[in-house]
Amino acid sequence: MCLAIPSKVVEVYEDGTALVDTLGVKRKISLELMPEPVNVGDYVLVHVGFAIQKLDEEEALKSLELFEEIIEEMEKEEGMYEG
Amino acid sequence: MRVEEISIFEAYKDKERVLKLSEKIKKLSEKIGRTVNIMEFCGGHTHAIMKYGIDQLLKGVVRFIHGPGCPVCVMPMQRIDLAIELAKRKDVIMCSYGDLLRVPGSKRKSLLNVRAEGADVRMVYSCLDTLKIAKENPDKKVIFFAIGFETTTPQTAVLIKKAKEEGIKNLFVVSNHVITPAAIQHILNAPEIREIGKVEIDAFIGPGHVSVIIGTKPYHYFAEEFQKPVVIAGFEPLNVLKAVYLILKQIYKGRAEVKNNYTRFVTYKGNLKAQNLVAELFELRKEFEWRGLGTIPYSALKIRKEYEEFDAEKVFEVELPEPKEHPACICGKVIRGVARPTDCKLFGTVCTPSNPLGSCMVSSEGACAAYYKYRRALVQ
Ligand code: SF4
Repeated sequence: MCLAIPSKVVEVYEDGTALVDTLGVKRKISLELMPEPVNVGDYVLVHVGFAIQKLDEEEALKSLELFEEIIEEMEKEEGMYEG
Repeated sequence: MRVEEISIFEAYKDKERVLKLSEKIKKLSEKIGRTVNIMEFCGGHTHAIMKYGIDQLLKGVVRFIHGPGCPVCVMPMQRIDLAIELAKRKDVIMCSYGDLLRVPGSKRKSLLNVRAEGADVRMVYSCLDTLKIAKENPDKKVIFFAIGFETTTPQTAVLIKKAKEEGIKNLFVVSNHVITPAAIQHILNAPEIREIGKVEIDAFIGPGHVSVIIGTKPYHYFAEEFQKPVVIAGFEPLNVLKAVYLILKQIYKGRAEVKNNYTRFVTYKGNLKAQNLVAELFELRKEFEWRGLGTIPYSALKIRKEYEEFDAEKVFEVELPEPKEHPACICGKVIRGVARPTDCKLFGTVCTPSNPLGSCMVSSEGACAAYYKYRRALVQ
């Protein structure tokens, strides 16, 4: 019930709605809860027919790219615990 | 560079990384020297933990306590009875989200059952669909049975606002919107909850999508006041594991802080536009009954007086007898984290997802449904 699904914005309409692609399924959603403008190509989190947030691409990339670094950091910190 | 979310999903499921991270967690756990009890509040996490076998992977390291974070599961039976009574009226079209339609009420009847008997019950994907239904059926009273935590409340706010703006007179809403921090606080405050089943909660995995709306701000109080770490997480296995790691790290260091592990969607303040809309349309109920948790003060929302013409509870009068739970269903205990679904005598035999006796088996985010689907719990 609370699971929202990231979807790609395919078209934005003037009436505050947009067409999004959710894992291959296209549907119309409302942008009325979006605090910022949404553009074609953006990824938004969609829940019960409304976009509720835009994907922060920078953060998404960071959290992925940094994964190896996190493991490394963990190893370093573990060293710290031991010390 | 554009991020392909699909590939992100895959990356967060990467087996090698999952195993590597769980090894780190186990090492850290050895230093802590005991099993850490973590309550995942959100049903989406329960689902992920069972689906990817994280509970098995971390056996002895972490005990996951499945919290009350599934709106269908915490809906008291009397509210379902109310929906059914309203739906039975000849002049009513009853609308709600899919899962709710299957929850059995007192007489083991669900909204779907009364639909089979001729009531006009409709499943909607978006609550705005009800606006359309109301316009198409001017001679009917269209009722939206609204349900959900903070993730679905702003949508209902948009619906009511639009109905008012458009002068719609035949649309009504039953608000069953509940509040996450109130439930967490109740769990932490209630001594009997710890006593009944001796549930000891060391930390929380904070809900990912609820936090998209409310931000991470409300959780700081819990971390400070109750000295419980809260880590907000997404729903892929690596997200959950990293949350566990960040919790264990805090416990090892004797800290209790809020960490945001879902920064690609969650911010400190959350979605202010949505929050403001909710504040404009709703106000706190003095109390609300939660299935399994009992009555919790200021834990749910009702429609503000200015919009009461849309409040089905004000417009329709319904007398309801005391609800009768199925005597053997232990959903309430499951929600409080004092029993596991497999402790229930009916689990998997009499009660299954296709014939659910209790709400925890209805929604795919319910603990009983997750246990049933992934079955591992049976061989534990
Ligand atoms: S298995 Fe069914 S009857 Fe038992 S607690 Fe879960 S929902 Fe209730």
